[in-house]
Amino acid sequence: MTPTRRRRLLLIGVVLAGVVVSAVLALRAFQLNLQYFFSPTQVAEGEVGDARAFRLGGMVLEDSVERAEGSLTVNFIVTDYLHSVPVSYTGVLPDLFQEGKGVVTLGRMDPSGHFVAEEVLAKHDENYMPPEVAEALEQAREREQL
Amino acid sequence: MKLPRWFHRFGSPPWVYGLAGALGPWIGGIAIVLIAAGTFGGLVLAPPDYLQGDSFRIIYIHVPSAYVSMMAYVILAVAAAIGFIWRLKLAHAAAVSIAPIGASFTFLALATGAIWGKPTWGTFWQWTDPRIMFELLLLFLYLGYMALRAAFEDRDKADRVSAILGVVGVVNVPIIHYSVIWWNSLHQGPTISRLDGPTITTDMLVPLLVMILGFTFFFFWLLLSRLQGEIVEREQATRWLRELVEESPG
Repeated sequence: MTPTRRRRLLLIGVVLAGVVVSAVLALRAFQLNLQYFFSPTQVAEGEVGDARAFRLGGMVLEDSVERAEGSLTVNFIVTDYLHSVPVSYTGVLPDLFQEGKGVVTLGRMDPSGHFVAEEVLAKHDENYMPPEVAEALEQAREREQL
Repeated sequence: MKLPRWFHRFGSPPWVYGLAGALGPWIGGIAIVLIAAGTFGGLVLAPPDYLQGDSFRIIYIHVPSAYVSMMAYVILAVAAAIGFIWRLKLAHAAAVSIAPIGASFTFLALATGAIWGKPTWGTFWQWTDPRIMFELLLLFLYLGYMALRAAFEDRDKADRVSAILGVVGVVNVPIIHYSVIWWNSLHQGPTISRLDGPTITTDMLVPLLVMILGFTFFFFWLLLSRLQGEIVEREQATRWLRELVEESPG
């Protein structure tokens, strides 16, 4: 390699290294802002701070969904199986909203520790399978529990 | 460092032009066969998902597009770096040829993701989701690279300056990939590239892998064709090109 080429290689290497370092520093500094949602544990540990409106994400606790008679209001519990937050929401739920599945809600805490959601989105997980496989897994799980 | 002799032919525009012309139809043919097979597999043979039903099938376009959008950027960055260090015009030509193709696949990944997001998540778009944000940044990197080039009248200068943007932008590619692991996101985590193996059944996975391979060949087909055009553009004044034009019938 000629000296000029080595110099250019060094130049582009140094520029790239500088950008990598600044990217790492910037992403670490904005770590909290880059979180799309907070988990119930993060909420319990006070990571949310004084943010009035924020996103709460986790799993919809099994057997926790209660629909109010004659209205679109629904109450459920969002959990990460360490901490839980009760949530109430009035509106249309996404089709994939289910107990035991992921959910992300946007809203605010009321003073009693109840989360009042304005928006509910279903968070899909990374598992893909045909219905028969899902059924077989479900049966296997039930057999294990007996 | 001494480069082997055959390597130097990659610096010769007529040779690369001829190579691209010879390889193009083969790569294009393979791409068509793979995409046709993958489409049939994905739409007909693969079973519906237990939760999403048939709407999961957009994965067969979305994932290959997203994959190619990132792979294309890595190739663009490597080509730009080679062009910058060795002043190799053909490497710059390759980077220039990639930019609009990469931007198109990035757009396709974002658009199919939005179409899938509505029935699945309940929303087309979430500005604060890290995966969506960094993939959008990738689109802006491609467009920025093209816009920066357009700002220079002198092609050599455009090559040198845009190469630096092209190289440093590669930082974004691993960030896109790891965004769903490093931060809480609405977008789900990786399904295929996991240490404990894919979390998708084989009958759904095989057509997806076929489509990813098909899209990769499709990308290289487009790249070779655009590269030929870029070479013609840059070599207008040369004798080999004039002779080639005069030789060709019509």
